[in-house]
Amino acid sequence: MAVKLPVYMDNHATTPVDPRVLEVMLPYFTNQFGNAASRNHSFGWQAEQGVDTAREQVAALINATPKEIIFTSGATESDNLAIKGVAEMYREKGNHIITAVTEHKAVLDTCKRLEKHGCQVTYLPVSKEGLIDLDELRATITDKTVLITIMYANNEIGVLQPIEEIGKIAKEKKVLFHTDAVQAAGKVPFDVQKMNVDLASITAHKMYGPKGVGALYVRRRNPRVQLSAIIDGGGHERGMRSGTLNVPGIVGFGAACEVAQKEMPAEMERLRGLRDRLHQGITSRLDEIYPNGSMEHRLPHNLNVSFAYVEGESLLMGINDIAVSSGSACTSASLEPSYVLKALGVGEDLAHTSIRFGLGRFNTEEEVDYVVDRLAETVSRLRELSPLYEMAKEGVDVSAMQWNTD
Amino acid sequence: MAYSDKVLDHYKNPRNVGSLAKDDPNVGTGLVGAPECGDVMKLQMKINPETEVIEDAKFKTFGCGSAIASSSLATEWIKGKTLEEALTIKNTEIVKELNLPPVKIHCSVLAEDAIKAAIADYKGKQSVSTAEGATVASATAD
Ligand SMILES: Cc1ncc(COP(=O)(O)O)c(C=O)c1O
Ligand code: FES
Repeated sequence: MAVKLPVYMDNHATTPVDPRVLEVMLPYFTNQFGNAASRNHSFGWQAEQGVDTAREQVAALINATPKEIIFTSGATESDNLAIKGVAEMYREKGNHIITAVTEHKAVLDTCKRLEKHGCQVTYLPVSKEGLIDLDELRATITDKTVLITIMYANNEIGVLQPIEEIGKIAKEKKVLFHTDAVQAAGKVPFDVQKMNVDLASITAHKMYGPKGVGALYVRRRNPRVQLSAIIDGGGHERGMRSGTLNVPGIVGFGAACEVAQKEMPAEMERLRGLRDRLHQGITSRLDEIYPNGSMEHRLPHNLNVSFAYVEGESLLMGINDIAVSSGSACTSASLEPSYVLKALGVGEDLAHTSIRFGLGRFNTEEEVDYVVDRLAETVSRLRELSPLYEMAKEGVDVSAMQWNTD
Repeated sequence: MAYSDKVLDHYKNPRNVGSLAKDDPNVGTGLVGAPECGDVMKLQMKINPETEVIEDAKFKTFGCGSAIASSSLATEWIKGKTLEEALTIKNTEIVKELNLPPVKIHCSVLAEDAIKAAIADYKGKQSVSTAEGATVASATAD
């Protein structure tokens, strides 16, 4: 079967809406367009019914109860609400927050802003594997600590933090635990009870649902978490997030959660197979390929590797019928290589050559084979063009070279 | 980001890729950039010492497509020029020819720097070889 181009393998950035999800959403744009807060006519009731079902579906995916789900505009908002909401609500108790250097900007920049408003933030480092150290976490907690916020799965390297262990520590120390579970929810098992998670951010568009809708899980029992709202208004979502609900989006989010929950075991296995095929295909055809982050504690559908001596943007240009992303400086607006790879201690020379592959529900084995072929061809060609490759072959230690940068 | 057709053309069919013998006294080598800022460019030229005309040029570049295109274009432009003429090539001309957007201007600067570095390397070698010639001459005079 011929491969349909372009091939999409950037599922950590976003995912297409599953046709089954779209189908459920469509009536909510037309006949069932009501405002879920309209209490006195059938349009409102229908919309409310759709939202209620979705709330149950989202809750079921993460083993929460429907009342613990607050719908938002996406995970950026959920992260902001969780962190700012806790910081403000528990100000009397303390002002210390613990997070990690590899978090998403929605968490890091929120923490940075809070620092300007009197919070103290500890940014835990990570190992070469991308994992935080649990003893270090434990040692960092003080009586002023109100929140630990550590992501479940990293969006660049797919590394899974030991969420269950972190949850245990947080519970024992009576500190609230928020996790940005955007990349993990719907992909790998996520159970807020078993993992002792108090707050969790998720978003629909990373799990085959629509963009612009997400949720914050807020624990109601044992302990009951309280939050200060960051958006004030009509008091929707138990006052934690005002604003007319995005009914079609929420309905789609619910449907996406239901599909994900049902298909997770099979999908995990299938994508792991494709990911391993991709990895093996690349390493069997090319030398000096370096995976970034733990291959063991990792999302089954993620691969992040450095193609030594080949700058990432030039590689993307060569494989322009394949959608993936790079941690190279040249692809970023700031001309800085990925801060996540830097935090792992990946040398800048290798960080510039990194490519992130995010496999998804609609990728096929044929596509994987096509991608391997294109990569092998393009990397070989670009290495012939690379002065660093030439120097390495001549035995010059490129990473130890002194450069004249005046 | 969308690339101009000219960048794509140089990227797909880079001109003058390769290396010249860097120990040849008539070859100037410019190696500029740093892996830390993403780009490394090696530009070499073979110069006729009588006429100071650049008879051959080669490059290898680790960098984005615009950096590859800038260096490819630079080798095309310097071939057949005298050293003096080559020194007048400005990165802004490369930007114009390749239609580079503002974020890619530094890639063209690198190409200009590589030309200058290669010429400086050649000139350094020439003065060393004349100096050596002088020592030899004085030695025989003794
Ligand atoms: C780990 C992580 N957190 C948060 C977000 C932000 O999610 P959203 O696009 O729904 O605001 C993303 C996606 O970009 C992400 O990967
Ligand atoms: S070499 Fe990095 S942007 Fe051109």
